[in-house]
Amino acid sequence: MTFEDILEIPPFSLNEEEKEKLLTERLAELTKLHQGKCPEYRHMLEASGFDVDAVQSYKDIPFLPVRLFKVLELKSVSKDSIVKTMTSSGTTEQAVSRIYLDGVTSSNQQKAMVKIVSKFTGSGRMPMIIIDCPSVVKDRAMFSARGAGILGFSIFGAKKIYALDDEMKLDVAGLKDFLERYKGQRILLFGFTFMIWQHFYKELLRLKEEGVAFDLSNGILIHGGGWKKLVSEAVSHDEFHKRLEAACGLHDIHDYYGMVEQTGCIYMECECGHLHASNFSDVIIRRPLDFSEAGIGETGIIQVVSTIPESYPGHSLLTEDEGVILGIDDCPCGRKGKYFKINGRLKDAEIRGCSDTYAAKF
Amino acid sequence: MSNLEKYNAAFMECFELTEDKLTGLKYQDISAWDSVGHMGLIAALEDVFDIMFDTDDIIDFSSYEKGKAILAKAEYGVLF
Repeated sequence: MTFEDILEIPPFSLNEEEKEKLLTERLAELTKLHQGKCPEYRHMLEASGFDVDAVQSYKDIPFLPVRLFKVLELKSVSKDSIVKTMTSSGTTEQAVSRIYLDGVTSSNQQKAMVKIVSKFTGSGRMPMIIIDCPSVVKDRAMFSARGAGILGFSIFGAKKIYALDDEMKLDVAGLKDFLERYKGQRILLFGFTFMIWQHFYKELLRLKEEGVAFDLSNGILIHGGGWKKLVSEAVSHDEFHKRLEAACGLHDIHDYYGMVEQTGCIYMECECGHLHASNFSDVIIRRPLDFSEAGIGETGIIQVVSTIPESYPGHSLLTEDEGVILGIDDCPCGRKGKYFKINGRLKDAEIRGCSDTYAAKF
Repeated sequence: MSNLEKYNAAFMECFELTEDKLTGLKYQDISAWDSVGHMGLIAALEDVFDIMFDTDDIIDFSSYEKGKAILAKAEYGVLF
C-alpha cells in the first residue's frame, strides 16, 4: 500500500475494522523500510526481538519515545536527499528533536494536512490572518515547529497578513484595513493558543474598552500548541471560546493536536469539541504500568502512529502526553475513527508545544 | 506582456533566476523553491493573473511545466 492509495480515501470515512487493516498494512511496510535503511532503528528492533512478519495489528509495532529524536540522529535517507530539517519547540535550555525530511515525506505531509483540514474549512481558500509575527518563518532550511505550523496552514490563505509584529504587538491598523478589504468574506485565523490569548484576545479586549471593536463573526479560528499556561490562568476550553466570542464575535473555533515528529497528521477538534484521528494516523492510549492498550474512557499515555514518515523512523511514537479515547466511529459530528481528549503533559515531562514553550517566558 | 512573459517573470523574480534556467525546473531543485518559496510563487502568480488556485493545484504545482498546464485549465483559463 502506497501513501497515494491512502490519499484517495476520504480522510474520515473508514470504520474501525477497515482502518485497522489499512494501518496494519502500511505501518508494517514502513517498519520494514526503516529497518532496512536506518541502522539505529534496526538495532533497536533486533535487540527487542521484534519480528515484523509476525505483526497481526499495527498496535503490535514497537513505539519509539519521542525524546529519542533529541538524542539520536534518526534518518532513513542519505544526507543529500534531505530537503528540510524540522525542530521541535522547546524552551531555550531544552534539547530539541531533529526530524529529517526528504522531498517525498515533506510533500506527503502537506497533502495529508490539506485533506484533513479541508474537511473542516472546505476546500476553498480564504483571506487569512496569522496571529503571530513574520520572523517565525525566516530561517528556511531549519524550521521550528511554530514556523512549520504557520506554513502548513498558509496554503488555505489566499491573501495573508501577520497580525503581530516582531515585538508581538498587534498591528491594529493593518488588521483594520484587512478586515475592511475582505468584509463579508469568510476569514481564516490561525495561531497558537497562548499567543492568541496574550497578544490578540487581551489586546482586542483593551481596544474594545477604548471603543475600537473588531467583528470576526465571519471567521474560523484554528489554534494549537498546548493549553498549559491557560490552564494555570484558569482559562478553560469553554472559557476561551466564550471570551473570544464576546470580544470579537468569533465562534467557529477549532483546536488541534499535532507534533513536529509527525507533521501533517494533525488531529482537529470537531463541532462537538472532540479531537479526531483521520485515516492517515491514529492514537493508542497506553496504560503507564505495562503499556497495554487502555479501553475507551480510560486515561493513559498517548502513542501516535502515522502513515507518512518515510525519511525518518517516526511512524510509531510514544508521546509524553496524557489522554483518553472518548469513542470510535460514533461521534455525533459524523466523522469515523477515534475521537479523544488530551488531558495534558505527563507529570515531570518537559514543556513543549508551540504555545506552552512560548508561554514559559511569562 | 504576454502570459508566458508574465509567468516567467514571476519565476525569475521569486527565485532570482535567469530565464534560461526555467525549462525543466522542479520544486525543490533549488533552495529558493522550497515550501516558503512555493507559497511566494503562488501568491505572485495569483496577483499577476488575478486568479485563485485550489489547494490541490498548489500541491500539484511541482515544476515549471506543470504550472503552465495547471494555469491552462478551464477554471483559470491562462493560455500560453
